[in-house]
Amino acid sequence: MGEATSIWEKLGFRKASGVSEAGWGQTLFAGIISLIYFLPVLLIIITSFKLQTEALSIPPKFMPTNLFGLIPDAYVFSPTLENYTSVFSRAMTSGGAAENTGFDRYFFNSIMIASVSVLLALVIGTLAAFGFSRYPLKGNDTYLFVILTTRMLPAIVVIIPVILMFRVTGLSGSYLGIIMLYTAFNLPFTIWMMKSFFDELSLDVEDAARLDGSSGLKVFFKICLPQVLAGLAATFVFGLILTWNEFLFALLLTGIDTRTVPVAMSQAVAGGGIGVLWGLLAAIETLFLIPVFFVTFFLQDHLLRGVTFGTVKR
Amino acid sequence: MTSTTAQTIPTTFTTVAPDNWKLAIVVGLVVSLLACLILPPNISFWIVGAMVAMVAMTFVVNAYHRHYYGGLLVSPAIAVLVVMNIFPLLWSLGLSFFAYQSNQQTIRFVGLANYVKILTDDLKAPENWANLTNTAMFVVLTVTAQMIVGFLLALMFAKQFPLRKYLLILVLTPMMLSVVAVGVFFSNYYDPTFGLLSYFIRLFTGEQFILMDNKAGAVAGIVFADAWMWSPFVMLLVLAGLVSVPKYLYEAAAIDRVSGWRRFWSITFPYIRGLLMLALLFRTIEAFKMADLVILLTKGGNGTMTISYHLIRIANEQNKTSEGAAISYVMLFIVIVLTNLYLYIANRRTEGA
Repeated sequence: MGEATSIWEKLGFRKASGVSEAGWGQTLFAGIISLIYFLPVLLIIITSFKLQTEALSIPPKFMPTNLFGLIPDAYVFSPTLENYTSVFSRAMTSGGAAENTGFDRYFFNSIMIASVSVLLALVIGTLAAFGFSRYPLKGNDTYLFVILTTRMLPAIVVIIPVILMFRVTGLSGSYLGIIMLYTAFNLPFTIWMMKSFFDELSLDVEDAARLDGSSGLKVFFKICLPQVLAGLAATFVFGLILTWNEFLFALLLTGIDTRTVPVAMSQAVAGGGIGVLWGLLAAIETLFLIPVFFVTFFLQDHLLRGVTFGTVKR
Repeated sequence: MTSTTAQTIPTTFTTVAPDNWKLAIVVGLVVSLLACLILPPNISFWIVGAMVAMVAMTFVVNAYHRHYYGGLLVSPAIAVLVVMNIFPLLWSLGLSFFAYQSNQQTIRFVGLANYVKILTDDLKAPENWANLTNTAMFVVLTVTAQMIVGFLLALMFAKQFPLRKYLLILVLTPMMLSVVAVGVFFSNYYDPTFGLLSYFIRLFTGEQFILMDNKAGAVAGIVFADAWMWSPFVMLLVLAGLVSVPKYLYEAAAIDRVSGWRRFWSITFPYIRGLLMLALLFRTIEAFKMADLVILLTKGGNGTMTISYHLIRIANEQNKTSEGAAISYVMLFIVIVLTNLYLYIANRRTEGA
């Protein structure tokens, strides 16, 4: 190995490889950085176990226990699960009986709408990306750019024609309408991202397969698709995250039956004129985080395995 | 590439054939325009839809006849985009030439008057201009911060070390949060009385610290929250590029004793360039549309009004639909120029390399 270490190597550029090894030292370093980065989320999660009176206290109460007297009582709160139960059922008026808030339905809606539309966008978008990458049309770049343009306008401008269109076609408040809209909303990113992955692949293997008489379909499924699995996983995760948290379209285009969690969340936290219900908001957000957190976690392996298929670059 | 050029019957422009898409577009446009002008909207809607379907059909038939597999592969995506995105886009483009308010029934053609008004009106032009410069400032600051932080985080995770996947998911979490929750909780963290930030600063200085009371502080607060939320996006894209670099290239470079800096530029960078551009492109587009964090953190005060928030106010709260559409098309024009510049630079680099 070359011993001459430049400043750049000391800064870490030397090991900028997907597969190079580093030891526990790197774990420690990355651990500290990651925890600092995660801190605001951690505070939200902690808040979800606090009562409204403790949520805003100064000094901040950030410990659920006093660790056998190690932590001064001023920093300790008594954890409660009340926020989590009141996500699903609570008294809507002061002094009223606890009612079902409908959040179980909203969670189901969010999961259904996001997963169906992202998968749909992934199928359609990957086909299109393969088309754009391997069979360039006349004016290919122009088409790609027009597709990108659809993402450039603020949603508020597109929303008025969309509302009119949905009203005329009766799609307003239906699952089909919002799923199709989100599919279209995810397509530009899916196409651009998958195209950049297909573009990186070596053509040699494909050409060899074609010479051996494989059909275009077989080349796509047997040779190209396995190589871009990491890309598919990454695109799926991005699409899921963006769709999961989409607010404006959901606010204006979903009905009472198809309402998604972000919309319901913004309505629930407003409270009855008593300010933000911190614990409740934190509990909703924490519950809402769990599905997408685990999907990302389980797709991570795919995401990071590295596409070392033995590709010969161009 | 390998698409065989089959002999097609030479169709001239006027031939009525199922694959003559040029004629279909012209007929479709004329019929749609007439329908929009003469018929009530709920009938003309279906006619425009039928025309779009007709044009789409001709494209598919044409592609099939010519063995244009590219055309066939992209057609489902194009169909969804046309119905759900491009059609509403064109509709709002049309609206920008009319005087129309969504709470009124009247609609009147005014040509370019909306554009003239937002660009030259004594009251509106300086306001729009100020919002635009604010937006530009946010774009530059947030995108720069996201690219730098995201890139450094990706470098940190581009190695194999124990517990890597558990730490990576912690860093990815911020972008999974709902922007409503992020905005509300960051406004709590920044709060001068109850906020953590002021609490810790007060511990050191003993004075009350108010972040959001001047422009620099308000901008810093918004940029920090936005960069925190979206740096993982850049990180994930860059990381996907970094892990796709074949190991043997580094091994070869090590044998040839290539310096670290050169190794980065000639091996690593070509692999991540496309994804870096993609991250830059999408973050810039999203940053131009930034409104929700501004609404939740400052409500546009202290010189943090962005063009997108202004648009929400105009189009949603004041119901000035067509004026909003005009502003957004001016904005679209700027974004298109900017993204074309990006793509031009990116492509020139590709050809040069």
